[in-house]
Amino acid sequence: MTATVSVNVNGTKYDVSDVEPRLLLSDFLRETLGLTGTHVGCEHGVCGACTVLVNGDSVRSCLMLAVQANGTEITTVEGLGTPDGLNELQAQFREHHGLQCGFCTPGMLITGEDLLRKYPLATDDEIREGLSGNLCRCTGYQNIVAAIRSAAAMRAEKTS
Amino acid sequence: MKPAKFDYVAPTTVDAAIEALSAANGEGKILAGGQSLLPLLNFRMARPAVLVDLNGIKELSFIELRGDRIAIGALTRHREIEQSPLVASKLPVMAAAMRHVAHLAIRNRGTIGGSVSHADPAAELPMLSLFYDATLSVQGSSGRRSIAAEDFFVDALTNCLEPDEIVVELEFPVLQHSGWAFEEVARRFGDFALASVAISVRRQSSTIDDARVAVMGVADTPLRLRQVEGKLTGIAIDGQTPDRFAELVTSCVSANGDLHASAEYRQHLLGQLAKRAMQASLAAKG
Repeated sequence: MTATVSVNVNGTKYDVSDVEPRLLLSDFLRETLGLTGTHVGCEHGVCGACTVLVNGDSVRSCLMLAVQANGTEITTVEGLGTPDGLNELQAQFREHHGLQCGFCTPGMLITGEDLLRKYPLATDDEIREGLSGNLCRCTGYQNIVAAIRSAAAMRAEKTS
Repeated sequence: MKPAKFDYVAPTTVDAAIEALSAANGEGKILAGGQSLLPLLNFRMARPAVLVDLNGIKELSFIELRGDRIAIGALTRHREIEQSPLVASKLPVMAAAMRHVAHLAIRNRGTIGGSVSHADPAAELPMLSLFYDATLSVQGSSGRRSIAAEDFFVDALTNCLEPDEIVVELEFPVLQHSGWAFEEVARRFGDFALASVAISVRRQSSTIDDARVAVMGVADTPLRLRQVEGKLTGIAIDGQTPDRFAELVTSCVSANGDLHASAEYRQHLLGQLAKRAMQASLAAKG
């Protein structure tokens, strides 16, 4: 029993046949499409490393089946910016040294993008609440919070 | 591959979903938001023969006002409830609790029907369905029936559904109260509660004339504290009321301990949260 999965990932359309229903979206992105920017950590929905945007909403790709993504638009970290043209949030992560080993970074960036769109992020408490589902073992979170705080301030300035 | 093999069906009507579940002969499992089921599949702790994915059944996703009740479709996502102006104005305790429901990425996927059916004793929506006296509508091969939230939760992670039954919607009666609060402490923000207290009171000048109290995280199911509600009704409000309430709550609950927190700690936490909750609900102008 297999299915065909048609998805748009970072603006590129993929039609993949013979997908087993039990294939996780995280493994589909990494193994089938070769988009290894999405990282897998715990693979049971605790660490947040595999977070991607599905139709604009952040989801843990280890808690979704690839077949469920049929017909959706997905954004992974590869779709945010390029090495020469970082997007705004990525630039703030660089500016504030918001990463060290980089393992959690794709999930932090994608979660940050969704948080920036959905919440005012007016206080550090709110930023920390928003990031509570993403684990980082290097930075102590301070610089990640600083990067998102800065991105939120830039956004507030733009819209005011 | 993380999960064991299964057959996958994605029906677009409730009838077709029930048919698929019945055909699976007890070996079927319902997939809604998947935020609790997928971890179990990934660990192969659950190995259903058939996975019945409800995500294509659009009619199960709604929030609407029906007289003095709010009806919420089983497939409604936590994020939709968190954002709903109707929930904010009519079910304020639920609205306050939603930001405690896991993390944004989980709220974007997780559903109310899934959370309630999963029956985690430290999850907000099972507790809130007890708190609000919700009625669950469930549908199976023998038709549709209503179950009171109080009868639905049998034990930790155990509900009273038959193998071919699906929760299709929940109805929450609106409370005409003057003050309310939802207090929770978890190890990480958004994790399952170590202890939580929900309260809503109606004031008649300086006395409480109606009260609702539920707690969770401390027992095998969420608990509705009717005994405490009875004792609160008719009492005069003074500076000691929050402390007396904390004593009432802790005297009728004996908290469980586990590796996340000892029984003593949870019991203490419960008292402190009860006190804070009562302070907040009395501070509201009725």
